[in-house]
Amino acid sequence: MKQRINLSVSILLFIYVASINCAQANEMHKSDSQGFNTAEFIFDHVSDSYEWHILTFNHHHISISLPVILYSKKTGLHVFLSNKFHHEHGVYRGFKIETEGKFKGRIVQLNEKGVLDETNPLPYNFSITKNAFSIIITSILLALIFIGIAKRYKSDPSSPPKGLQNVFEPFIIFIRDEIAIPSIGNKRYIHFMPYLLTLFFFIWFSNLLGLIPIFPGGANVTGNISVTMALALFAFFTINRNANKAYWKHIVSPPGIPVFLKLPIPIMPLVEFIGIFIKPFVLMVRLFANILAGHMVATVLLSLIFIFSSMKACLGFAVAPISLVFLVFMSLLELLVALIQAYVFTLLTAQYIGMATEEHH
Amino acid sequence: MGLVTPDYGLLFWALLSFGVLLFILKKFAWKPILQALKNREESIARSMRLAEQARAEIARLQEESKQIAEKARQEREHEIAETKILREKLLAEAKEHARVETQKMLDKAREQILLEKEAAKKELYTTVAELTISLTEKVLRAQLEDIEKQQEYIERLLDELPRN
Repeated sequence: MKQRINLSVSILLFIYVASINCAQANEMHKSDSQGFNTAEFIFDHVSDSYEWHILTFNHHHISISLPVILYSKKTGLHVFLSNKFHHEHGVYRGFKIETEGKFKGRIVQLNEKGVLDETNPLPYNFSITKNAFSIIITSILLALIFIGIAKRYKSDPSSPPKGLQNVFEPFIIFIRDEIAIPSIGNKRYIHFMPYLLTLFFFIWFSNLLGLIPIFPGGANVTGNISVTMALALFAFFTINRNANKAYWKHIVSPPGIPVFLKLPIPIMPLVEFIGIFIKPFVLMVRLFANILAGHMVATVLLSLIFIFSSMKACLGFAVAPISLVFLVFMSLLELLVALIQAYVFTLLTAQYIGMATEEHH
Repeated sequence: MGLVTPDYGLLFWALLSFGVLLFILKKFAWKPILQALKNREESIARSMRLAEQARAEIARLQEESKQIAEKARQEREHEIAETKILREKLLAEAKEHARVETQKMLDKAREQILLEKEAAKKELYTTVAELTISLTEKVLRAQLEDIEKQQEYIERLLDELPRN
């Protein structure tokens, strides 16, 4: 109780001091009134980028340059670091990051006159972007952790688990006993275990790293549709590559359905066929939307401070504690969402695999 | 880059990274981990089964030893009871024997006494007879000093003899 009073007193004091400073700050701030573009701030955060921005200090950007890999039909292969673009304002080897128009944010090719090449505006772009880099970091982290754990299992199989091994063993057992075995069945589950485990830990770790605001976290990896699409494609191929005859038969001619729904117009087979694609599509959208929303809410709460401070500096100071409390709450929620979404994606994938490999009698 | 338009470059890297990660983890992490977990679970199950068996065995042995102890106790009690009976029997026999022996000795002694008495009686008779004879002789001698008197006496005795 006493602590709670202390806390509220200090918050009130903070707001009070902030308001006193208001008068002077307001005068100084007027010269610096570029305003605050909330949408840009949010989209900058949740979008992919060619460099890994860490912080901006006195209008000086500190960021990690990432490799840009381009292939142009006209000029061939180009590999260079993204700082050649001078933080998105320069042109390098006839390429630049477009800042407006329909190609906004993408690397475009310019012709000899230095304007957009209309015939061939977009080179093939396989740049290691922020998200790609983050995926690679996550992958290396996962490989280090789990190969390390595996070593301990191999070297000391009979002793009780310790350290990281002890942390992750319950998850591994949970995925095996609560996801894989009930969904796929006792006979075939072991075949899919490596995939399900990798999937679960990859999503979970990516989600968690996304919650860390600074490098090596902070990238909106699982909130990017390309990444979730890659995961969904893996799910799609895993499901359908292992599907048995009964599953395909079920799709071509669903049992227990009146014949007029199959012939002459194959309505149900069509629905079933679309279902093959809908399943991974839903996986893709669910993960993407959940994580993106989390990141967006977090950035919106953070931008509240700047929105208010661009109106009046004192307001920014006043809103900051409230905004931070909400932000902490949101982060805790996102911590939970990170795990739940990883669980849901893995569970549904396992269920779909189970449906595709189920033996019909 | 639009939020909902997938980017093939990132898609490519995501697919590649995930694929490589899957391959590496499958080979170097998941297989050994899952195998180790399975082995451990099996060994735990086996140990539990063995422990259960051992417990049952111990219970059985305890039951058996209890039975043996019970049996031994009964036997001992039985033996004690038997010994008691035997002792009493022996005691009774000894007493009986002693009684019989005593009786026998008493009888013998009584007989002896009787015999002794008879012998004493006989001796007494003999002595008395001898004394009588000697006395009689003396009396007769004295009385029959005189021949006449002798004659007379003989005659009287002859008279007294029965005539048959």
